[in-house]
Amino acid sequence: MSAEDLIELRGVQFSYDARAVLTGIDMAIPRGKVVAIMGLSGSGKTTILRLIGGQVKPDRGSITVEGRRIHDLSHRELYALRRRMGMLFQFGALFTDYSVFENVAFPLREHTQFPEPLIRDLVMMKLNAVGLRGAAQLRPEALSGGMARRVALARAIALDPMLIMYDEPFTGLDPISTGVIANLIRRLNDALGATSIVVTHDVEESFKIVDYIYFVSAGTIVAQGTPDSLSQSNEPFVRQFVLGQTDGPVPFHYPAQAYADDLGLGRGL
Amino acid sequence: MIGALDRGLRHVGHIVVDGVWKLGVASRFSWFVVIRSAQSIRRFQLVLNEIYFTGTLSLIIIIVSGLFVGLVLGLQGYETLKRYGSAEALGTLVALALVRELGPVVSALLFASRAGSAVTAKIGIMKATEQLSAMEMMAVDPFARVLSPIFWGGVISMPLLAAIFSAVGVFGGYLIGVVIIGVDSGAFWSQMQANVDLREDILNGLIKSVVFGVAVTLIALFEGYDAPPTAEGVSYAVTRTVVTSALAILALDFVLTSFMFTGV
Repeated sequence: MSAEDLIELRGVQFSYDARAVLTGIDMAIPRGKVVAIMGLSGSGKTTILRLIGGQVKPDRGSITVEGRRIHDLSHRELYALRRRMGMLFQFGALFTDYSVFENVAFPLREHTQFPEPLIRDLVMMKLNAVGLRGAAQLRPEALSGGMARRVALARAIALDPMLIMYDEPFTGLDPISTGVIANLIRRLNDALGATSIVVTHDVEESFKIVDYIYFVSAGTIVAQGTPDSLSQSNEPFVRQFVLGQTDGPVPFHYPAQAYADDLGLGRGL
Repeated sequence: MIGALDRGLRHVGHIVVDGVWKLGVASRFSWFVVIRSAQSIRRFQLVLNEIYFTGTLSLIIIIVSGLFVGLVLGLQGYETLKRYGSAEALGTLVALALVRELGPVVSALLFASRAGSAVTAKIGIMKATEQLSAMEMMAVDPFARVLSPIFWGGVISMPLLAAIFSAVGVFGGYLIGVVIIGVDSGAFWSQMQANVDLREDILNGLIKSVVFGVAVTLIALFEGYDAPPTAEGVSYAVTRTVVTSALAILALDFVLTSFMFTGV
């Protein structure tokens, strides 16, 4: 592991019950960079984030954050490390019983003894950074999908984390909201001096903002590189994914028995 | 024939193994809820909020039900006691029936349907919408911050609700027996005072309601936490909370009553 790498995964294998999700992942996330993990739905991208956050443990291999093996940490050490991580969930995961203001204030109230006026100022600054200072008193149910995700982003950066993880930040958003979120990911990463990991399958937006990309398929990394190098790549999987082609190494059909058998057509016919 | 027997045995085996597995998971879950209680004590406001959510909001159903149960006890009790010429013992009958048995059991059943179901739905939806995961990733332990305060809120609310149920029920019995039927007021209260024992009756009733509070709240929390993150998953979990709690209350009531039974 080089000193510039904040996170390193070596030979990581993981399965849910008997279903193998990751079959051998090697990955390094350098400090200060925005790195995308791309792949098809269900390819294990989100699981990689959950492994880095210590929410699940690998069956094999090691995951190190700042040189410490995350799956060997005690409960207390893991929680101390998580204070320096922020995570944006796919649909925001805002606390539905709290207002926007209270959602962003939540980590500050839980982890600091700041007086109320200071918490108020910090919350307003975070909300201003995502352009939603005016929405502070709204309830989560009054927000659009894009706004909810921006509030969740303000909450994720409330404690100025060293690492921000984004789980499918563009899913279900209109083109303007997608552009806004993409822009924020880059801007906040650079302004906070953080490192960001973006799990996504949105090629267009992520190629504009990330420094490096890992392609995950069938539980392993099939390609990696900078956006420029991958745009030029002749690797069949990368070509198919980047250009959104239906023909290629990724089959259209989920594995199944012979079509004729499913239609009840015997071999004799 | 052998094939069917084999399948049947496998099926039974699966049910038993799954059941034991789930029991183990539930025990571990309950253990975590209890040992991560430090924050509930340090920030008692969190527990107070839950006492409001599970206790105060259950008051109406508890008071109304307690009153009706007391009214019926008054009528039925008078009817029976009159046959033996001891209608003035009505106060004792109503109070003992409520404090020893009906107060803790019926209020726990009502608590399971009102507050237990609400807790399961709340935790189930928080889990399905990743609110608990989000909390974990913010380095806030959901066991300490959310589940444990709900547990203590339920455990504190339950005996208070049972006491209110019994008190309102006694008042209901008084209304029917003394005000409507005309049993002597002095006999009603003095017999009750003489025959209801603080340790034998009231304390045993209190122990029951605390045990029911622990059982119902843990079942409600676990079912919510264990619910599959779908609309159907949460709705089944709510149903399971009410059914399992009711069975647990009745079974525990029998066990506790047999231990408390002195035969005197």
